Formats: sequence, C-alpha cells, structure tokens
Amino acid sequence: MRRYFGRKLLTYTLTLFIAATIDWLIPRFMPGDPVYGLMSRMGNNSSPEAAKALSDYYYNLFGLNQPIWQQYLNFWGGLLHGDLGRSVFEHGQPVTDAIMAAVPYTLALLIPAILLSWWAGNSFGALAARRKWLDNTMLPVGYILTATPYMWLGIVLAFVFGFTLKMFPFANSYGLNLEPSFTWLFFTDLVAHWMLPFLSLFLVMFGGWAIGMRNMIIYELDADYSRYLEALGAPQRLVRKYAFRNAMLPQITGLALQLGVIVAGSLVTEIVFSYQGVGLLLFNAIKSEDYFLLQGIFLFVIVGVLAANFLVDIAYVIVDPRTRVGMRGGTA
Amino acid sequence: MSSVIASEPKAEQAPQSPGAAAAVPTPKPRGEFLYFALRSRKFLIASTILLILVGIAVLGPIIDSTNPNAQDGLMNQGPSLKAGYWMGSTSFGEDVFSQFANGLRATFFVGLLGGGLAALVGMAIGFTAGYRGGWIDEILNMVTNVFLVIPTLALLIVIASYLQRSWPEARGILFEAIFVGLTSWPWAARAIRAQTFTLRSRDFIDLAKLSGRRGWKIILQEIAPNMSSYLFMTFILLFGGAILIAASLDFIGLGPTNGMSLGLMMYNSLNYGAALFLGLWWWFIPPGIGIMATVGALYVMNVGLDEIFNPKLREI
Repeated sequence: MRRYFGRKLLTYTLTLFIAATIDWLIPRFMPGDPVYGLMSRMGNNSSPEAAKALSDYYYNLFGLNQPIWQQYLNFWGGLLHGDLGRSVFEHGQPVTDAIMAAVPYTLALLIPAILLSWWAGNSFGALAARRKWLDNTMLPVGYILTATPYMWLGIVLAFVFGFTLKMFPFANSYGLNLEPSFTWLFFTDLVAHWMLPFLSLFLVMFGGWAIGMRNMIIYELDADYSRYLEALGAPQRLVRKYAFRNAMLPQITGLALQLGVIVAGSLVTEIVFSYQGVGLLLFNAIKSEDYFLLQGIFLFVIVGVLAANFLVDIAYVIVDPRTRVGMRGGTA
Repeated sequence: MSSVIASEPKAEQAPQSPGAAAAVPTPKPRGEFLYFALRSRKFLIASTILLILVGIAVLGPIIDSTNPNAQDGLMNQGPSLKAGYWMGSTSFGEDVFSQFANGLRATFFVGLLGGGLAALVGMAIGFTAGYRGGWIDEILNMVTNVFLVIPTLALLIVIASYLQRSWPEARGILFEAIFVGLTSWPWAARAIRAQTFTLRSRDFIDLAKLSGRRGWKIILQEIAPNMSSYLFMTFILLFGGAILIAASLDFIGLGPTNGMSLGLMMYNSLNYGAALFLGLWWWFIPPGIGIMATVGALYVMNVGLDEIFNPKLREI
C-alpha cells in the first residue's frame, strides 16, 4: 500500500511541478511579446518615447527584465504564498479571491453530477446487461449521450425546458433580483438555476458510465471464475454480484481518467448557462485577456483534478484488497 | 473519452490475463473481414451515417457555394424554401446550411489530423515503452501519467488565448488540429503500451530478435501488424475525441477566426446572436447534431469493428 501511494504521490507532485512550469513557460516562450500585446490592446498611439517608457514600466512591473532563472524562482515564491497576481477583469481583486468566490458554484455542480451519474450509470448498466430489451434501448441512447458535446446538451435543455416550457430559469446562478442570503426563497431560486446545468452534466456522463458498466459486466460474466461458479451451480445472483464487483474496478480507474474531460465539460456548461463558477470566470478571463486570472484558473483546475485523482486512489484501495496487501492493483 | 468504450477496459486488464479478448489479434484474410463487416448491424449503420456526413462535408460547399461568413442575406429567417434558406439564416443574415456544411468539413479535418497525430505520438511512445521496458518504460510511463492527469482542454485554453494576441496567424483550423493532436495522445500511449507488453514475450518476437533484426523493425513488422485492428480502433476513438475537444475550444471562443466550424456556430449563436433568448433554434441545433452524429457513429463503429475483429464478441 505504501508503494502504491508513494508512486501515486510522486506522479502527482511531478504533474503539479510540470503543469506549473508549463503555466510559467507559455507566456514567456510563445511567439510574440505579451507586453507588446498588452500595449497594442490599449490602443497606444502616443509618441515612441512614451511607448518605450510604458513598455519599460511593464517589463519592470512583471519582473520581465530580471534573469530568466530569477523570474522562475519569483514565480514559485509567489505561488507558494498563494499569490497568483491580480485580476484585471475582477477590478484588481487578487486572482486567488476571484477563483475562491467561483469555486463553490462549480463544486455544487460537479460533485453531485459526478457521484450521481456514476452511481446511476453503473446500476443501470449492470441492469441492462441482464435484460435484452433494456439493453437494446439503452445501448443506442447511451452512445448518443456520450457522443453529445456537453455545451450542446446544455443549450438544448435550456431551449426546451427554459425557453419553450419555461420550467426552469436558464441564465445566472440565482435571480438577479435576489441577494445571496440564507433564506428559503434564495435557496429554492438557487436550486432552480442549478437544475439545468446539473442535468446536462449528469446526462452526458450517465451515458458513458452505463455503457462502460454494461460492457464490463458482459466481459466479466464470460471470465473463467464466472463460468466456474455457474458450473458449480451457484445462483445467478451470486455470479452477477461477483461480476459486478470486478467490473467496478475499471469503472473507478475510468473515473480518474475521465476527470479532465468532466471538468472541461463543466467549464463549457457553465458558459452556456452563465452559471458563475470557474468556467464562466475563465470565459470572462479569455474575453478580457486577463492573463493572470487565466493562468491562475489553469493551475487551480490542475490542483483540483489532482486532488480528485487522489480521492479516487483512496477509493481504489478501499475497494480493491490487492492494493492493500502490497500487490500492484490497478494501473499504478 | 476512452473509458466508455468497450475495448479500453479490456486493454487495462490485458497484462494480467494475456490471451483475453482483444489481446489475441490474429491476422485474417480480407474476405473474412468483409464477410463479418457486412453482417454487423452496428458497423453498417455507423458507416452509413458517416458516409452521409462526409458527403455533406465534401459536396455541400461545392453545391451551395454561399460564403458561410457572408452577412448579406435575410436576418433571423427560419428554415423555409421560399426564402431560399432551407436551414434558415442567422441574425447576421448568414446562411445556416453553408455554415453547417463548411463547419462539418472543419470537424472532419480536425478529427482526422488531430486524431491521426495523437495516434502517431501514442504509438511512438506506447511501442517504445512497451517493447523496450526497463528504465525507458519507467520514464515514458511517468510522462504519460503526468499528461494523462493534466486536463487537455485547460492546457489548450491557456495556449490558445496567448496565441490569439501574440501570433494571430496560428488561429486557424490547422493549428487547432495540431495542438489537439499533440495533447490527446496519453491514454492511447498507455493502451498501446499494455498491448505491446502482452506481445513482447511471445515466441515469434524472440525469434525475430534472434534473427538479429533491429528493434524498430521488429516493432513495425512484427508487433504493429499483430495489433493493427486495435490500433485502428484507437485511432477511431482519438478521432472522435479530437472532434469533441476542438468543439469545446471553439465554443469558448478560441476557435478559428476566419474559418467556420460547428463549435464556432454554437459560440456565435449564443454570444452574438442571443439565439437562446430569441429562440433561433435552427442556428444552434444543427451544429450539435452534426458533432453528435459524427462522434456517435465513430463510437458505434468502434464497437462494431471490435465485434468484427474479435470472434468472442460476435453476436452472429
């Protein structure tokens, strides 16, 4: 178990290090000059001397005139203090604060959507592997759902249930006539706004898990141990139970593998619904070319995905006894 | 993208149970492939859908040569033959069908190039790691794991948003495909590595080694042909994945600036046309259906091919 976690932690530390380094490298080694970009964006048409002074000022401000290794060290120094710079879009607010304000909304969407779709998809997939008619209807639906772009399902749900049927609001995370407060009115409003983005995330993921589980169960039922149990005359229920347990392991690994895609899905879903989570913040950062915010969000998403990966690893250890007795389970 | 598809979990397990399912690729005569392909309902349906879509993408812009970005027609026109817009027009007076056909073209282009590039990188890393083993494998595996965890889209967003200011020429469909391809290989590398692992210790590989052939020749002539069906299926999944990632990128507003793509159609309809609030459904429904049909058909085709190549899965 120690070996298992040791390996995982090493990978994650390395990932964080590489991701942060890429984050630092991109603005510096991309073709073009970020300061020049910033100045051209301000529509600078003053005299060359003034432009020179301004660009010197910016080089100095961002520490771009220091030696490259010094810049890299400064970057890590700031990072370890939680200092990601200030956001232009959020009126000079520290990037960390702007992100922290958006995180609860994103988590409120992601966590229920991931857990519920994983649970429902697995149960449904296991059920479908048992009933022919259910399998025949579920399989095409499942494939259609996994192939659907997150944002488009969001748009369709907003159009059908929001615009046409007027059942749910489909913009913002709460009514603009309300102030965030701990009242029943605000809470119901929050849930109403949450419903459609949640549903679009849930449905796309559900299709994937259901198909994965269905395929794994069919595969496991064909394995030697299932055949042997059947030959011994074990009841169908028992065989299926063992098959389900074994089919669960790749689904857990699958969850870890899918995390990046899921997060990406939530980012675009938030944009569709103007749901004020990290995704919408990112969208605004791109539109207003707020690079500190952009890079801060990138790092933040990486840290979040790494933490979630680690949680999945812990779940794996609980579910798979092999990892506990020192054998290498899963794919370390 | 991958874990939902039939063959991937099996690849995960392959090292523990050599000889299981997809791990036993046996070379088959072409006739047998056709025989089973023509009897696989999944394969037939999926290839029909794909053929239709490719037809629209290739022939559409030729038959209807309206410029997809020309803002010179009727505005907010619903689908109507009388007005000359059988798929409607946007709030800028652009022709939706022309946008759709050109966007579909871009979608296939990004899928083919991005997916193909990712497959090449994945094969290079997967084969090397799986065949060489030892410390080379350790390093490549670590690199793969690191890039597997980094969310591709987040990385692409940062790169693309810097490029839009500092190197605007790179904001085309070609560069998008290249970037998507260079970031979506990790799971493929891992799956191919696992497959290579199961083949590496077979007798015929030992024989090839004894005959003194070079490592890369053994990989290309002995290992790759023995998992060609698996490699092709990996490419199909990467194809679909690249399309979805590119669509998300376009939807965020980091797509091509002077071309047309399905993701861009959705982006424009929501952000500039307020299509959701005006109910201009003919603007944002077609691009999504185009992506869904393409990617869905690719996924179903993958499962169909799995059944064709792998006798154990055949329903017939």
